[in-house]
Amino acid sequence: MNNLFVICEMDNGHVADISLELITKGRKLAGELGCSVEALVMGHGLKGVEKELFAYGADTVWLADDKRLEHYTSLPYTSIAKGLFEQEKPQIALLGATSFGRDLGPRVSSALHSGLTADCTALEIGEHTDKKKGKTYKNLLLQIRPAFGGNIIATIINPENKPQMATVREGVMKKEKCREPRKGEVKKVDVDKYIQPGDMVVKVLERHMEESKIDLKGASVIVSGGYGVGSRENFDLLYELAEVIGAEVGASRAAVDAGFADHDRQIGQTGVTVRPKLYIACGISGQVQHLAGMQESAMIISVNNDPNAPINQIADYAIIGEIESVVPKMIKYYKENSK
Amino acid sequence: MKKSYRIIVLAKQVPDTRNVGKDAMKADGTVNRAVLPAIFNPEDLNALEQALRIKDRFPGSHVTMLTMGPPRAAEIIREGLYRGADDGYLLTDRAFAGSDTLATSYALSRAILKIGDFDLILAGRQAIDGDTAQVGPQVAEKLKIAQVSYAEEILEIKKEKVTVKRRLEKGVEIVEAPTPLLITVTGSAPACRPRNAKLIMKYKRATTLSERQDISEDYISIYDDRPFLNLPEWNVTDIDADPAQLGLSGSPTKVKKIENVVFQAKEAKVLQDSDPDINWLMKELITNHTLG
Repeated sequence: MNNLFVICEMDNGHVADISLELITKGRKLAGELGCSVEALVMGHGLKGVEKELFAYGADTVWLADDKRLEHYTSLPYTSIAKGLFEQEKPQIALLGATSFGRDLGPRVSSALHSGLTADCTALEIGEHTDKKKGKTYKNLLLQIRPAFGGNIIATIINPENKPQMATVREGVMKKEKCREPRKGEVKKVDVDKYIQPGDMVVKVLERHMEESKIDLKGASVIVSGGYGVGSRENFDLLYELAEVIGAEVGASRAAVDAGFADHDRQIGQTGVTVRPKLYIACGISGQVQHLAGMQESAMIISVNNDPNAPINQIADYAIIGEIESVVPKMIKYYKENSK
Repeated sequence: MKKSYRIIVLAKQVPDTRNVGKDAMKADGTVNRAVLPAIFNPEDLNALEQALRIKDRFPGSHVTMLTMGPPRAAEIIREGLYRGADDGYLLTDRAFAGSDTLATSYALSRAILKIGDFDLILAGRQAIDGDTAQVGPQVAEKLKIAQVSYAEEILEIKKEKVTVKRRLEKGVEIVEAPTPLLITVTGSAPACRPRNAKLIMKYKRATTLSERQDISEDYISIYDDRPFLNLPEWNVTDIDADPAQLGLSGSPTKVKKIENVVFQAKEAKVLQDSDPDINWLMKELITNHTLG
């Protein structure tokens, strides 16, 4: 009772990275609270997934394994999470800010009348004093998230309602196995007890899932382009540089919105968060929403024709010049020096 | 066979956070809303387009706009009417101020119940001022109806079955769901049609009672002659809502603290677009094993 729950997500028969990231974070938070970490997995053919979850620090794994849950749909998953939470009364429930978590989370929060904070970038345990009520709340989940297009950072709390729910984007937290894997407990969820008669009305007719070939999170060098790159054609220069130096290509939201690059290359608060060894930002002015997704890069090189671009403030090297002129030089001198 | 549909479009007026300039933040770290233009939330326009396409395909279908906000958010209803919506309601009351997503969805669900019969509720996936994507699913849960999020296209409607193409982060899904249904539409769906000149003529004087406070007596009679120009405003009592579930005090989530975003500034080494500078840099990156 009153533990920390992670609603897990499956990806090709395995627990998705985001869920393992949340279990890792959950373990830390639960340590501060002195409670356990429980994982709820819904789906079909879940045999063995508990091992992955125990390795990252889950104490209890709830398995709702049923043919009807093979593909995610909102209603039955909501009924199960709602029913189990009413029974187990968790104090915290975390989900990934993925298409799964952002569909299910609000539905569950609405059913339980509990607060939900989307896209947190940090989670901490802390206290809060409500001066009006003269009441101090201890051991609250502090949900920290960028707001207003990334221009401010807000700390959100749910003092009265439980569970305190939050979603977190993939890649924001790090996944880390426990030094000693837990010998956890597996509990079977009685699916029939929770699923309601009208829950199976949405049918998945077709699914076309593609493994994205773009691995921004795993790339040690990223060449990234912004609105200043100017065109899809100019973006080819970035692909060429990336190819030569062995990098992945990323983009800012402005570049994606302008159609210069595809959505799955977006880095920033509403895209992927990255921490490469080297980040080369081309024609990126450095809006807060972008910086939030790449500021932890070990080294940052900015290529920009504006010496006052905000990104230069966090860059290690700022090359002042046009993309069309600078990038070919980078290619040329890399080739000459790496021979 | 069902020949027409009743559709409610949820839309929000939002500050344009995409083009935030330096003056958007006040010295105390709060947002200076006054300098940000108020716009029709972009993905709500995508949702409106999907609604209007259903109306194109099934003449006699009825599209109702529903928005919640300050009195000036009546603009959203007019923008909907200019593009082909049939009517609209503005939820406005000081008691709504400070509502989080859950309190907002409660208010919207009360208003939807008051509007009455509907087959579809369409809304944008998320609003650009909060990016939470929560209100749609939370409304669906309050109404106890099914939801389909991330819709890119409504492919087909047959009787009480709707087929929808969903755009997920890793691919595409085609789902079939029954009405009544709530659908949230993503920005990759077709853009909304522009305003229609004839409809602008028809609705340009469409106003709420509060907007009409200071217009001259001469115009007042047109609202009796043409009732469609009267945009209804609803308050907490009109939608029979429990005030304890609204506003700041009715919201489970509270803002504890707001901070300006501060990044650790470094002293960047400035290089020029010259052969010696870039040659030096690439050599440096190779020597210190950052590259290669």
